[in-house]
Amino acid sequence: MADGFVLEAEGLSKAFHAGGREVAALAGVSLGIRAGAVTGLIGPDGAGKTTFMRLAAGLLVPDAGRITVLGLDATRDSLAVQAALGYMPQRFGLYEDLTVQENLDLYADLQGVEKAARPARYAELMHMTGLASFTGRLAGRLSGGMKQKLGLACTLVRAPRLLLLDEPTVGVDPVSRRELWAIVDRLVKAEGMSVLLSTAYLDEAERCAEVILLHEGQVLDQGEPAAMSTRMAGRTWAASLPGTRNRELQAGLQGRPGVVDALVQGDHVRLVSAGREVAALQADFPGIDLRPVAPRFEDGFIDLLRQREPGQPHAGAANGLGVTDSGSADGVVIKVQGLKRRFGEFWAVDGVDFAIRRGEIFGLLGANGAGKTTTFRMLCGLLPASAGHLEVAGLDLRRAASTARGRIGYMSQKFSLYGNLSVRQNLEFFASAYGLAGQSKTERLAWAQDEFELAEFANHLSGDLPLGYKQRLAMACALMHRPEILFLDEPTSGVDPLARREFWQRINALARAGVTVLVTTHFMEEAEYCDRLAIMAAGRILAMDEPAAIKGLARTNYTPEPSMEDAFIMLVERAELKEAA
Amino acid sequence: MSQRGGRAMRLNGLVRKEFLQIVRDPSSIAIAFLMPIFLLILFGYGVSLDADHVPLALVAEAPSQDSADFMAALSGSHYFAPRVMQSMAEAEQALRLGEVRGIVRLRADFSRRMRQADGAPVQVVVDGVDANTARLVEGYVEGAWGNWLAAKAARSGQALNTPVELQSRIWFNSELRSRNYLVPGLVAIIMTLIGALLTALVMAREWERGTMEALMVTPASMTEVLLGKLVAYFVLGTGGMLLTVGLSVWLFEVPLRGSFWVLWACSSLFLLAALGMGLTISTLARSQFVAGQIAIIATFLPAFLLSGFIFDIGSMPPMVQVITHVIVARYFVAIVQTLFLAGDVWSVILPNAAALALMATIFLTITWKKSRKRLE
Amino acid sequence: MMLQRILALVRKEFLALLKDPRSRMVLIVPPMIQLLVFGYAATFDLKEVPYAVYNEDGGRASRDLLAAFAGAPAFKQVAELRSEDEIAPLVDVRKVMLVIHVGPRFSADLQAGRTAPLQVIIDGRNSNTAMIGLNYVRSVVDGFNDDWMSAHGLQGPPARLQMRAWFNPNLESRWFFIPGIVGMLTLVVTMLVTALTVAREREQGTFDQLLVTPLRPGEILFGKTVPGFVIGVIQATVILLVATLWFKVPLLGSLAAFYVGLVLFLLSGVGAGLLISALSATQQQGLLGAFLFMVPAVILSGFATPIANMPKVVQWVTLIDPLRYFLVILRKVFLEGAGFDVLLGQLWPMALIGAVSLILAGWLFRHRMY
Repeated sequence: MADGFVLEAEGLSKAFHAGGREVAALAGVSLGIRAGAVTGLIGPDGAGKTTFMRLAAGLLVPDAGRITVLGLDATRDSLAVQAALGYMPQRFGLYEDLTVQENLDLYADLQGVEKAARPARYAELMHMTGLASFTGRLAGRLSGGMKQKLGLACTLVRAPRLLLLDEPTVGVDPVSRRELWAIVDRLVKAEGMSVLLSTAYLDEAERCAEVILLHEGQVLDQGEPAAMSTRMAGRTWAASLPGTRNRELQAGLQGRPGVVDALVQGDHVRLVSAGREVAALQADFPGIDLRPVAPRFEDGFIDLLRQREPGQPHAGAANGLGVTDSGSADGVVIKVQGLKRRFGEFWAVDGVDFAIRRGEIFGLLGANGAGKTTTFRMLCGLLPASAGHLEVAGLDLRRAASTARGRIGYMSQKFSLYGNLSVRQNLEFFASAYGLAGQSKTERLAWAQDEFELAEFANHLSGDLPLGYKQRLAMACALMHRPEILFLDEPTSGVDPLARREFWQRINALARAGVTVLVTTHFMEEAEYCDRLAIMAAGRILAMDEPAAIKGLARTNYTPEPSMEDAFIMLVERAELKEAA
Repeated sequence: MSQRGGRAMRLNGLVRKEFLQIVRDPSSIAIAFLMPIFLLILFGYGVSLDADHVPLALVAEAPSQDSADFMAALSGSHYFAPRVMQSMAEAEQALRLGEVRGIVRLRADFSRRMRQADGAPVQVVVDGVDANTARLVEGYVEGAWGNWLAAKAARSGQALNTPVELQSRIWFNSELRSRNYLVPGLVAIIMTLIGALLTALVMAREWERGTMEALMVTPASMTEVLLGKLVAYFVLGTGGMLLTVGLSVWLFEVPLRGSFWVLWACSSLFLLAALGMGLTISTLARSQFVAGQIAIIATFLPAFLLSGFIFDIGSMPPMVQVITHVIVARYFVAIVQTLFLAGDVWSVILPNAAALALMATIFLTITWKKSRKRLE
Repeated sequence: MMLQRILALVRKEFLALLKDPRSRMVLIVPPMIQLLVFGYAATFDLKEVPYAVYNEDGGRASRDLLAAFAGAPAFKQVAELRSEDEIAPLVDVRKVMLVIHVGPRFSADLQAGRTAPLQVIIDGRNSNTAMIGLNYVRSVVDGFNDDWMSAHGLQGPPARLQMRAWFNPNLESRWFFIPGIVGMLTLVVTMLVTALTVAREREQGTFDQLLVTPLRPGEILFGKTVPGFVIGVIQATVILLVATLWFKVPLLGSLAAFYVGLVLFLLSGVGAGLLISALSATQQQGLLGAFLFMVPAVILSGFATPIANMPKVVQWVTLIDPLRYFLVILRKVFLEGAGFDVLLGQLWPMALIGAVSLILAGWLFRHRMY
């Protein structure tokens, strides 16, 4: 370890067998991870992040190559390696039917922490994670963020020299995410720990001392995150075109030569150009206002990925549809008044009001357990409301005739598909379920396979698809019957940034064609793509407005340009204060 | 810390974890305690091979003192619920409809032929569909007939002419209560189900919930993880076992002639084998769905039909007898039936206990070999 | 249009069930193996009952009697004892099931025209086997007595029994059990097909997806019912062929009656399975439910022990056990050659159970909270 590497991989390869094919998860990865710093392992789904973590923890045997952890061979001396490092898997195995204290005790026993040393260590960990007042609570009753913090505490009962964290912030609300990062930073600074952390949130990459970009089992780049954004200097802009809605502008920009990336962001479109020269663009969009903005890590990442996969995503313009308007005269398609839902003594949704107009993209933003999904299920008629009034296209779907359900499309957070049916069989089934037959069925099947580039996977089991393709298939199934209202429940969780972009492009195209979209998410940046959004916490709506206006709520002297995350945290904290008072 | 101290601490932690999980999850408690009560009461009251008050049609074509006398002998027996019918046609119809299980017919010439040298024939027809009950009915009719003959002989002061008289002595279960042999067998069946169902899901559950990955990166070895589960579920299973034995003895009044401690020791061996089977299924399947399915297919019906619980293994064809050797319950059924009804017969207990120990070793070894600290 | 939707559902259910080769295996192989093994195992007929002889007499008459035992296929002599002390060890370890003890004065008594006692010691641990064994012994002794009396010109008893068994003249219990196994395995397969389907879709989230399509609960229910039916009918047909062609159980009654009974039984079995499935939020619960239904259904069906022998309360419970009715139909059709007239009383309860459980299951599809 003379060179200061706590973890070194040389020519590391690993393949898995799935559905009769061999899939290379890692192909000749060589890298080194520095001691006493946070290193980020960044990459899209299926890049091999988790496989790398598991190899480092000695849980998998590499097909080729070597991996050395703290000077030990992780494969041969796996027991010694496991005793020396801390590893928190993606879904940390908390025993949900054990209390916080019992989980801690178990891992202290397993890690052989001396009884005498425990009280001090527990106190420190509980203080650090803010769980001190919850030690008697069952782990299953904790929120997603608290569970992750407890998982981290369990991993840390005996301070390891190297900490491996596999996507520790997935599904965690912004407040808890900040806290988790604070803990990690403290560990590195105060205890000199080395941390390897994988993530799909690109804003987190900027907090790492060094990042490793993985793509399809290979290292694309390694270096300081700043280097990644510096390379993009002069190529990032805030674009707006007076008289054109941002969504139209974004659709126009995206996929155009010379444009790497275009994203709706509040009151402007964030644009990444292929070079510093944008004259051609200005010529194509007369009157376009291009204001230079600071480059971000994400810009560099997308740029790198685009270079490797030059194929631009489908513009997704056509759902081939002329939507029939069944909304009321004022164009309101979804109306909710005083909606409540109780589970036992607990009000999951506690009086929610909103109205969504035709062709609008409406976002429900909130942490896990804020009541988003419950609201959603009530709107879709899957759950009866305890109180209040709700209308979807003028009907309560729970009581309406079954044909009324033909007007909506629904995509759940788990991309619910029949995993042991092939892609084509799934598509055919949902087409028939929505009453398509004959010519129109054939047409729509062809459309779905073409539009979502599913043709090459037509005979694969949908359960074996990469996550991004599962999401496409789920969306194809939901759009099969040209619905006029689309319900999307956390449609992008766990999906990598490229797939997310493609997805939002489709949603934009649909909205332009007049489809009403209701979407829930806990990705703050996605909230920016909505026309309007409501921030939910504890079953209530805290704020409801256009994204720019909501961000504006958090504007202070210290944060003149607040992000959606700042606004969200401010709103949630303010609500908690009010609750406490 | 010393190597041994660390291991003891880890094991202690793992066992405590299993117990806490058992206490928090009502379904394991239900499997261990409610299911035995439910099944034992169901089986104990529902399953009986002893026929009582069998509906029987009596047809006397020409009623006389003699025929009335004979019929009275049948009516007096608690085995029958006789129904007097006027004609054979009526009785046959009743038999066909399943209203009666048999017919006793005295022909018109019964009284006359009784006085002839070769005696009067009594026609007995039984419903042979349920061959077992049919045979019992035949036996009961024969018994009533014998009583009638003896009573008649005594009245006339004539010795009855029976060259050889059968004197049967039934050992161990003199009243031939079928419950006395069914209930101990039930203990074995129920324990098979509990043992396998308790553990069939636990390893698969750790895999599915992702807790296995977290356990694997701790210094705890796979042996310790398995041992932790085995200890916890062994204690739980012993609780269920005591409950079933207690119910058998007190509620169903089955005598326990052997030593309780021998029963305890054998049950422990059996429990190890049953838990080992469950752990093997769980380890090999890794998914709760498949594990549960295999558990259902591999435990209930084979234990029910092939363990000697209801059907005598000795009467099965040799090929099938060979197959029964892989049924864990088989050995325990032999042990409990002997322990309850006969006593500590070592020459029965020891070989079967050895077989149980062997099965337990095999299953636990498979589990141990198959659970490596790798994710592949 | 509606037909189209239903066809798509049925197709999907079949694919979900049979696409995985492991599921195909589970549905086909174990029931076949189990039919063969259980078909041989399930019998109350005793063969070669091991017995020991303790003959203190040695006279001609005793040798004749023992020869009668030796010649009977039901018995197999495994030991000849010299003293009373040898009896217990043999019986205790189950080397022999019964011991025939001929007293020292046996031949002398018989020759003198006195009644000679014959002592038989029998292992009562398995009371049923003991009872059957005792019956076998009695019939051998009865035969000996008849022979002796006619040979010595003695006056016989004033009445003698002429036994006859209808439907199963040789009282082969295999004939009784194999139809029962047909019913039992059909039930197990039905449970495997149905009990987990809804729970699996709930866990995977596809059930919500189904509920937001224009499909009505009735249509979803229908789609889930069909595979259970089709697989059940095919399975039962194969089992029926094995039972008649391999085990040579006579099939006397009308096939039409068998199939009507089968369809109604499947209706009730599928209904119960789907009800369990609709009630469970997870596959684990579904599995436990299937188990808690299946075991009592088998035990209380009258498969091994007659319902008439059960206490009244338990007999009432059996009224909601569909297998109970199907077993009666199977046995009557196989062995008694019964037609519809006799079976009507068995058909409507199954139809009722099926209808009630299916309606409940369909209602639960939409109304169960989780």
